[in-house]
Amino acid sequence: MTDSELISAPASDPVRKGRMVVYAIALVIALALAFAPFLFQDVRSGQVAARICIFIVLAASYDLLIGYTGIVSFAHTMFFGMGAYGAAIALKNSGAHWSSVIAGGGLGVLCAAVLAVLIGILSLRVKAIFFAMVTLAAASVMLVLVSQFSDFTGGEDGIVYSSPNLFKPATKLLLGDDGKVLKIMGVSMDGKIAAYYFVFLSCLVLYWFLARIVRSPLGTVLEAIRENEMRAEAIGYRVVAYRTAVFMIAAIVAALAGVVWAVWLKYTGPESTLSFAIMIDILLMVVIGGMGTMVGAVIGATLMSIAQFFLKDLMEAAAGATSFLPLVPNLLNPDRWLLWLGILFILLVYFFPAGIAGTLMKKGAHK
Amino acid sequence: MTFPSLETRGLTIRFGGHIAVNNVSCSFRPGELTVIVGPNGAGKTTWFNLVSGQLTPSEGSILLRGEDITALAPSARAKRGIGRAFQLTNLFPGLSVFENVRLAVQAKRGTGPRLFRPAAAYREISEIARAHLETARLESVADLPAAALPHGDQRKLEVALLLAMEPEIFMFDEPTAGMSVDEAPVILELIDTIRKDSSKTVLLVEHKMDVVRALADRIIVLHNGEQVADGAPETVMASEIVREIYLGIPAGEAA
Repeated sequence: MTDSELISAPASDPVRKGRMVVYAIALVIALALAFAPFLFQDVRSGQVAARICIFIVLAASYDLLIGYTGIVSFAHTMFFGMGAYGAAIALKNSGAHWSSVIAGGGLGVLCAAVLAVLIGILSLRVKAIFFAMVTLAAASVMLVLVSQFSDFTGGEDGIVYSSPNLFKPATKLLLGDDGKVLKIMGVSMDGKIAAYYFVFLSCLVLYWFLARIVRSPLGTVLEAIRENEMRAEAIGYRVVAYRTAVFMIAAIVAALAGVVWAVWLKYTGPESTLSFAIMIDILLMVVIGGMGTMVGAVIGATLMSIAQFFLKDLMEAAAGATSFLPLVPNLLNPDRWLLWLGILFILLVYFFPAGIAGTLMKKGAHK
Repeated sequence: MTFPSLETRGLTIRFGGHIAVNNVSCSFRPGELTVIVGPNGAGKTTWFNLVSGQLTPSEGSILLRGEDITALAPSARAKRGIGRAFQLTNLFPGLSVFENVRLAVQAKRGTGPRLFRPAAAYREISEIARAHLETARLESVADLPAAALPHGDQRKLEVALLLAMEPEIFMFDEPTAGMSVDEAPVILELIDTIRKDSSKTVLLVEHKMDVVRALADRIIVLHNGEQVADGAPETVMASEIVREIYLGIPAGEAA
């Protein structure tokens, strides 16, 4: 490549086009989530839409660590779980009130923040691999604690409880002329829709907060630390302090997402919040979307959640449609959905090595 | 009594049995450019690392304007006015040239407590960064990632980062190493400009003897970690011990 080509590269057309495509995809996803109750009216789709909202926030806050700052942590679901369990235990024991959500959830978030600072101060000085191990150990301990203190946490079974009255299906948000609950475009304005928009708006605020952080002076320092930790320290940034701060911010956001998740799901258990399966999901979402791009979290979380929930349906339809062929229906049997999910991931990583958003926006193309 | 701007007292560092810097005591005044010379492995860069904080000494202390800074982290020393450019280019490779410099300006000037204001909205910081890029003649490549620059431009960026830190003590570690003949003068002119500012202290590790002759107010010679000569260029260049050390070195390296 000649010098003139290099110089024109940052503003060249394919990159601008890629950026447009990425933001267009993200906009479509955002609009689909904003109007999800009206667009997809079955129960399962509503569940998936809420899950996507929560996981966008989880993936984005995790990307703040791994993609922007270069910190590898396996404790993200631990903080997520602390927020969720805080709200869940309070809702179960002191009743389904907003005060329980605020007090219990607040306590959970506070514990997550304190624990993050402790882990950060004690171990962010050491090499990345040791830090990753420390977080792995902490997350394992948390899983064991939750299953052992079953009087308190419900153990492996988790906790079932009610959400605040506003979100009960019987709640009438708007009344029509006939005194019954008002329907807009065939959707009842009841507690269920209130619950969805509680999730959507909370996640929107948390995502907006993260997107502001990465553009702020703090965000630029985080990227500097990722690129060259020693030089960042040499020009005057206290690396340990910045790392601890960002680890705490990510923990607080994950815990807040946990509180919202607990209120939506009306159930909190190890499988829904703390498990390593979820940790791997978050990691994959960030990688698929593109590390170091906030918009990548939106694409990664959406793609992965949709694949996890609808690939089986798709395969069942495909198997039915090809039932006259030999062998093919067997391959497309819904029981083999994990195989196809795996193939999908391999193809994605092959064609989008820097993640979908990262590759399309040509971030790191010089490497 | 006024303190020297920078002083090291009995500075020593051992790596196992090897003593890389051995009991080096010297002090520096503002307005003075000191060149540190010595053969490869003499401990020049190690001594730099001790002063800027990348290494912690086994013994001895470092004083900045009379204040003991031996226990401070590199970032705290940078905040107090010690600026260092590195021998092996040491940049933020994936960030743009402009962003590299902007980060150094931001570290110096600070952005206050407003966490959510976009970094791009701090106009003054961006303008200062642009000015430093112009000084280092890098404005035409400002938007390229640092890793995409040719070697000479990376060296210039290294120096631009140091300028952006606005230090009291400038430390250059072979700033023109590997630069072409037509590129090196940009850096040397910059160093000469800084030298003329009587409030700044400049330390320079350099091999090229023409550069040493052109710039040095004073020369310190390190050999096997020990300080073997310290004084005016003419005196040091003429001394027995320096001849002895440099005679053992192939002409290509000493030149």
